[in-house]
Amino acid sequence: MSRASAIEIAGLDVTFGRGRRAFRAVRDASFSVTAGSSFGLVGESGSGKTTVLRALAGLLPPAARIRGEMRLHGEPLRPARSRPLRRRLQMVFQDPYGSLHPRHTVDRILGEPARVHGLDSIDRRIVDALADVGLDASFRFRFPHQLSGGQRQRIAIARALIIEPAIVLLDEPTSALDVSVQAEILNLLQRLRREHALTFVLVSHDLAVVSHMCEALAVMRAGEVIENAGVETLRADALRHEYSRELLQAAQGYRTTPAGMPPAER
Amino acid sequence: MSAVRAWLLVDVPRSRWQARCQRFFLGWLAFRQNAGAVAGLAIVAALVAAALLAPWISGSTGVVPDLGNRLQPPGAAFWFGTDELGRDIFDRIVWGSRITLYIVGLVTVIVVPIGLAVGVVAGYVGGWLDSALMRLTDIFLAFPRLILALAFVAALGPGLENAVLAIALTAWSPYARIARAEALTLRHSDFILAARSQGIPHHRVLAGHVAPMCMSSVIVRLTLDMAGIILTAAGLGFLGLGAQPPTPEWGAMIALGRDYLLDQWWVPAFPGLAILVVSLGFNLLGDGLRDVLDPKSRS
Amino acid sequence: MKRRDPLLIVDGLRVTFDTPRGPVAAVRDVSFVLGREKLGIVGESGSGKSQTGRALLGLLARNGRMAARQLAFDNVDLLRAGEGERRALRGGRISMILQDPKFSLNPVMTVGEQIVEAFRVHANVSRREARLRALAMLEAVHIREPGHVFDAWPHELSGGMGQRVMIAIMMVPEPDLLIADEPTSALDVTVRLQVLALLDDMLARRGAALIFISHDLNLVGSFCDRVLVMYAGRVVETLRADELQSARHPYTRGLLACQPRVDGDGSDLPTLDRDPAWLR
Ligand SMILES: Nc1ncnc2c1ncn2[C@@H]1O[C@H](COP(=O)(O)OP(=O)(O)OP(=O)(O)O)[C@@H](O)[C@H]1O
Ligand SMILES: Nc1ncnc2c1ncn2[C@@H]1O[C@H](COP(=O)(O)OP(=O)(O)OP(=O)(O)O)[C@@H](O)[C@H]1O
Ligand SMILES: [Mg+2]
Ligand SMILES: [Mg+2]
Repeated sequence: MSRASAIEIAGLDVTFGRGRRAFRAVRDASFSVTAGSSFGLVGESGSGKTTVLRALAGLLPPAARIRGEMRLHGEPLRPARSRPLRRRLQMVFQDPYGSLHPRHTVDRILGEPARVHGLDSIDRRIVDALADVGLDASFRFRFPHQLSGGQRQRIAIARALIIEPAIVLLDEPTSALDVSVQAEILNLLQRLRREHALTFVLVSHDLAVVSHMCEALAVMRAGEVIENAGVETLRADALRHEYSRELLQAAQGYRTTPAGMPPAER
Repeated sequence: MSAVRAWLLVDVPRSRWQARCQRFFLGWLAFRQNAGAVAGLAIVAALVAAALLAPWISGSTGVVPDLGNRLQPPGAAFWFGTDELGRDIFDRIVWGSRITLYIVGLVTVIVVPIGLAVGVVAGYVGGWLDSALMRLTDIFLAFPRLILALAFVAALGPGLENAVLAIALTAWSPYARIARAEALTLRHSDFILAARSQGIPHHRVLAGHVAPMCMSSVIVRLTLDMAGIILTAAGLGFLGLGAQPPTPEWGAMIALGRDYLLDQWWVPAFPGLAILVVSLGFNLLGDGLRDVLDPKSRS
Repeated sequence: MKRRDPLLIVDGLRVTFDTPRGPVAAVRDVSFVLGREKLGIVGESGSGKSQTGRALLGLLARNGRMAARQLAFDNVDLLRAGEGERRALRGGRISMILQDPKFSLNPVMTVGEQIVEAFRVHANVSRREARLRALAMLEAVHIREPGHVFDAWPHELSGGMGQRVMIAIMMVPEPDLLIADEPTSALDVTVRLQVLALLDDMLARRGAALIFISHDLNLVGSFCDRVLVMYAGRVVETLRADELQSARHPYTRGLLACQPRVDGDGSDLPTLDRDPAWLR
């Protein structure tokens, strides 16, 4: 590999629960993400995409058993995370309605992490972070319920960026948003990645979004990574695995159903 | 006035302080819609006012006997009549409001922090700590209140403080359960995960993120419980285990007055009415607060 | 009941919210007639799609008020129906999949229990039977390990599983009108099509109607029969679904242009320029 990899995952296995209720959510997953690039993770619903991100971010419940290797810029990642390590790796959640504390103002949502990490001139940082995501200072004292879904997701992105991470994990950042807001957020993410030299891991079920944003992707199904490919392969419709091609087909709309089922006659 | 109102309702607050005032004011506007809640607030405010202004409202200290005026019926001279020692019942109720407030305050100060801390930690941390704390809670929950009070009083001597302590020690467990139930659902919520992924330490997450979300149910439960607490304190007074004569505690006043129930009804009736009204006041207030504090009902 | 009769008539629907800063109009004068068909509602965030759906069921927030010239479901006047009558409709003949499945599922009850409960209420079957049918239902919505999900708590579900569980629960009463608010936004594309095919099946079998609220224009265009486009609480355009790609209103065209494409070149996406004239 020519460029250094920011994230390397090899043989990752995650099991929830014990005994009869044990459930292996991720099986022997491997991929690596080049520093400064954007990596897409697509796949079936329930295939373990969120679980992989949570394992990286150190957010799995203590009862989950994790095996395999995860490396961040070459250093192994262990379940116990120090504060400086957490700072380097931030996550943006899927649901902008659930990921902001309903009783905290934007001011506190952005200010608290900065304070915890001992950053200086917090007031200026808050205003800058808002400007970075295209919101003016008038949003500073609002509560999440006074914001639209798109504005909330911008705040969630600003919160992740205010502590200057190197890597941002994005879990379906736009699936709860309408297309016009999605376009704004995707443009915003592209700009921020260029300006701050960030590495993205982007989970999405929308292949068009992945094709638009990423340089490489992995396809997951039932806990396994079944294909690693560059984005040119996706654009050229040359994915190898049958399921990956099915995904791509299905993205065209309802008529072209995967198993050749006839859509309802009308 | 309208300038203040405009400042409070401005779309874009300019400082933390203005934002905080605004939040409070919007809560008040919602609260004001509920007539019952406003009545409850008025009653509780009247209780506080009576306690603060007792020396000015009442004509006497309410403890000195005046045997010439025994058992006078309500009238112009004695609004609520006098008791068997000739003390003005109105004055005694006014002074008694201090004791009621003292009970309410002391119980709150003990019950809320203990209940909240135990419940939030149990729910957030989970695992064996959760089981251990919840078993402890169950033990306290199962303890008969009056027996514990008797044991306390036997050990420390009768008195209001010991009675209140006994009540508080048996009263915190439901709060721990409420707080735990809330914390359990919060533990998996994205905003708590987000806080953890940002490296915010556990104690800050507990105090600043989890506890505030449990606070509204706890406050509401507390105001709804207040009536019961006042009644239990009155019951202890009635048994002679709480406040000691001649302290004008409302429960003790009923206890002494019950001998006169048939012929001089006002002796037990007015303290009883006071307990009823204050309990009702706290109940109504609790109902109103539930509506205001529930984040889902406001937007 | 004649097949050709319109199932739902909405005429001049308005929804207003009282806020401390004065009333906010969320839905302004929305009218449509729904036969036994699939009607899509699209539009940007905050355009009033969800509130339209909720108003039909009387599920507005406490500070919300609704008014309409006419609101009739299968010849029942919803404006005059008593609370009891409405509840009966809501439970049986009309059901709604709410936008956020995480908030709709009871967090302290396992997923299986919640589906079993729905079967016990609506299909009036024994506990054993209900359990079997619940498992079958989970399989029908293409959940890989129905047994695992049956015993799971709502927080243990992935986003897409939560949505499929909600769909399963709402299909239990076999309603005549299903209102689905972003029911598949968290599903991957293949599972989405399978679940929609299942939904389609139920609709066809029952001759039922569907109101499908979504922001996925491609999907609505291919799945529904007719599409309402909403902007700022109004319907700006009504189209046959297969004509969606050739919509004329600049707002609809703007929405269509915002979508990324698999074969796109990765340059910045066009965003929407809102024209005050669209407010009329
Ligand atoms: N805390 C948990 N306890 C038990 N099982 C869990 C837990 N969290 C996730 N799972 C299970 O792990 C599997 C993978 O879930 P995950 O959330 O990673 O899926 P996903 O790929 O993100 O799906 P989606 O696209 O629907 O969000 C699912 O079967 C889910 O039920
Ligand atoms: N309880 C409420 N009080 C005040 N305004 C409200 C309330 N609920 C909704 N609104 C407003 O009503 C408008 C329409 O909201 P609605 O939920 O219908 O949007 P939507 O089209 O479903 O958007 P999305 O795609 O984001 O779900 C919004 O501007 C919203 O702010
Ligand atoms: Mg997920
Ligand atoms: Mg909506």
